[in-house]
Amino acid sequence: MTDIDAIKLSNAQIAWRAAQDIADGAYVNLGIGFPEMVAKYQPPGRQAIFHTENGVLDFGEAPAAGDEDWDLINAGKKAVTLRPGASFFHHADSFAMVRGGHLDVAILGAYQVAQNGDLANWSTGKGGVPAVGGAMDLVHGAKRVAVLTDHVTKTGEPKLLAECSLPLTGVGCVTRVYTSLAVVDIEGGNFVLREKIPAISFDELQAVTGAELKTDGPVADLIVPEL
Amino acid sequence: MDKTIATLADAVADIPNGATVMIGGFGGAGSPVELIHALIDHGARDLTIINNNAGNGHVGLAALIEQKQVRKLICSFPRSADPRAFTVAYKAGEIELELVPQGTLGERIRAGGAGIPAFYTPTSVGTDLADGKPTAEFEGRPYVQERWLKADFALIKAELADPHGNLTYRMAARNFNPIMATAAAVTIAQATTIAPLGGIDPENVITPGIFVNRVVHVPNPQQEEALNRAEAVYP
Repeated sequence: MTDIDAIKLSNAQIAWRAAQDIADGAYVNLGIGFPEMVAKYQPPGRQAIFHTENGVLDFGEAPAAGDEDWDLINAGKKAVTLRPGASFFHHADSFAMVRGGHLDVAILGAYQVAQNGDLANWSTGKGGVPAVGGAMDLVHGAKRVAVLTDHVTKTGEPKLLAECSLPLTGVGCVTRVYTSLAVVDIEGGNFVLREKIPAISFDELQAVTGAELKTDGPVADLIVPEL
Repeated sequence: MDKTIATLADAVADIPNGATVMIGGFGGAGSPVELIHALIDHGARDLTIINNNAGNGHVGLAALIEQKQVRKLICSFPRSADPRAFTVAYKAGEIELELVPQGTLGERIRAGGAGIPAFYTPTSVGTDLADGKPTAEFEGRPYVQERWLKADFALIKAELADPHGNLTYRMAARNFNPIMATAAAVTIAQATTIAPLGGIDPENVITPGIFVNRVVHVPNPQQEEALNRAEAVYP
């Protein structure tokens, strides 16, 4: 059996792959943490407009240390900068953009994704202090809802499943999953394999996936630069 | 008409025990730190607080919780870089939490201010946070019914105010402040600058003064993030 940890893509490489599918001028919300990396890997000549739930469109990179303005932060409470053409708005308008179908893409992390598009990413169900933020809103309304994730958990359990066992963030909401091993679409209640890294065989990939991987055409090689 | 109040203490003096208080801000941006500290000094207890978060460090909302003035918190994300104040109270069973998805929180506040008692949203359909709520189908999709949120008082942070209570905000410090201003019986705004009447171009007013009852001048307002980096503790 192939050692998955030795061949899998890094988080940066997963983010790079997701960035290739974002069109110039697309309105995009990136979830806190790992999905934020997508912004760095936009192909040359393309510039998406990034939305943050706390009321900014078209923000840019973090300022230099010492130049932070704490009235100008993103949803992760990190200082950001503005790009020419930026705008501010209040929370009701911000989530009108989210639920009203105005975002082209929302990209989130995941604990689990089910083959019907169910997403679990807000609660491990273990108690502690529950917190949901904007995740349950973001999975409804964006034209595409994509997930970035390791293909398996730290203990090697599949994260792509027939059904989620953890508390759901949304039902039937995910349209594409970018994992550390593959690109998988969710269509008609099935995982449809589009790309896989060349170092893993289809059978090996199926073995670490918790539901059947369908194909409806050739599966492309998932080729990502060293980052 | 002049809605300006001389001191922070006067502005919050009639907030009673048991009041429901909306507090603006997202994390530290737009958090009316001076008004919250005035509420701590005033001492009202058993408060229900509505905020996106649950405070950070030992200032602002976190300090209000540490002073045991909060009975219930309605928020979307009770975590932060240093959420100890809330976490300790929550685990000790001293504070009740109503967890609301962020967009639903915003829309419930907007609905409260707009006189809309309930609305339907796709957010939370099929999740634990929809348990016990009515659902209905529209155009073939399921939606959850959510109810308005209103408050006795709102504490908000503005950049510029005039004596009629017309307000502007600064960058992403706007967030929940304008919608909370509409949803409270008494809205109290702290403002970095107070302009004379006519000093704000009507084209630029974000919150019309009809939604604002009191304005307090707080030049050079403190930033929660800066206070926490300096490890400040209030009181």
